Amino acid sequence: MGLAAAEAQFHVLAVDDSSIDRKLIEMLLKKTSYHVTTVDSGSKALEFLGWNEGNSDEAFFSPKNNQEVEVNLIITDYCMPGMTGYDLLKKIKESAVLRDIPVVIMSSENVPSRINRCLEEGAEEFFLKPVRLADVNKLKPHIMKTKGKETQNHENQDNDKEIAETEIQSQSQQQQTPQSNPKRKSMDEGLSPDRTRPRYNNGLTVMSN
Amino acid sequence: MEVEQLQRSFIEYTSGLFREGFLDGQFSQLQMLQDETNPDFVFEVVSLFFEDSDRLLHDLSLALDQQNVDFKKIDAHVHQFKGSSSSIGAQRVKTACIAFRSFCEEQNVEGCLGCLQQVKQEYLLVKTKLEALLRLEQQIVAAGGAIPTLNEFS
Repeated sequence: MGLAAAEAQFHVLAVDDSSIDRKLIEMLLKKTSYHVTTVDSGSKALEFLGWNEGNSDEAFFSPKNNQEVEVNLIITDYCMPGMTGYDLLKKIKESAVLRDIPVVIMSSENVPSRINRCLEEGAEEFFLKPVRLADVNKLKPHIMKTKGKETQNHENQDNDKEIAETEIQSQSQQQQTPQSNPKRKSMDEGLSPDRTRPRYNNGLTVMSN
Repeated sequence: MEVEQLQRSFIEYTSGLFREGFLDGQFSQLQMLQDETNPDFVFEVVSLFFEDSDRLLHDLSLALDQQNVDFKKIDAHVHQFKGSSSSIGAQRVKTACIAFRSFCEEQNVEGCLGCLQQVKQEYLLVKTKLEALLRLEQQIVAAGGAIPTLNEFS
């Protein structure tokens, strides 16, 4: 157990009702060396996080598993039947126990009012689907904000990430197209005009590239 | 068949699909994500897409066949279809879905029926092509070769 703790990876909970998108996000996160759990609904996400409806968080917060469920980031689709990603975000931010977990929203639709609403409610970022490796590479700073205290694992994570990045870069070199290059975002916009990335010029979020 | 020949066929075939707009950059992304630890990733995602799409097309036919057409429900299905085709890089299916959604908004049954046919057609086309592509990949691997990586520009 001691060895596992030293190699502990960041744990991301991914929520999406689409099986294809769940598979995709899982792969993207695994590539970036995160431990991933996927669920297909907001209510299952809350269940996994140990949140029990109808009870105050402090009184009745019991993780589903025997071990402590530690989730370092939640990435969720916006459009889901029943509980939307926004509803899930709200519930998480209203919970004293869960509110510190960074939440990222994904959506296939670029609706500025929707994006702003999510950011105002406390989402760290908003990714336009289909999500790419370059997007997932942006998650680390948000995770590190809340994991700052665990400096022990910090170095290990950097090494893992470096290895993962090297692997990804050597793959993209084969392709002769810089894919994990930070400049890729602007290149991409030139290639696919129908995919416009939301601009965070409302001052609410600082994009760290 | 010789590995190199198979690989050349694969490159030619895939390039053609990109050129003709059947597939877009997102499909390249999927191919890039596949590696030794996840050698069947593309196959798995494509299989999920086929399953999902068959179900959606069935549900759409049913929904449009009703006395009182529930356009909200139809729009939800098309939205899903648009999402999954986008995630896999099936560009022409995605485009057909976008057109479909405008007819839903207009609550135009005839328009929707036409779009359903269009979406179905594009889906069956890309399905055939993806199946051929995956078969080629299998042949390359069986012959001991590596699947060539290429972007939409080669």
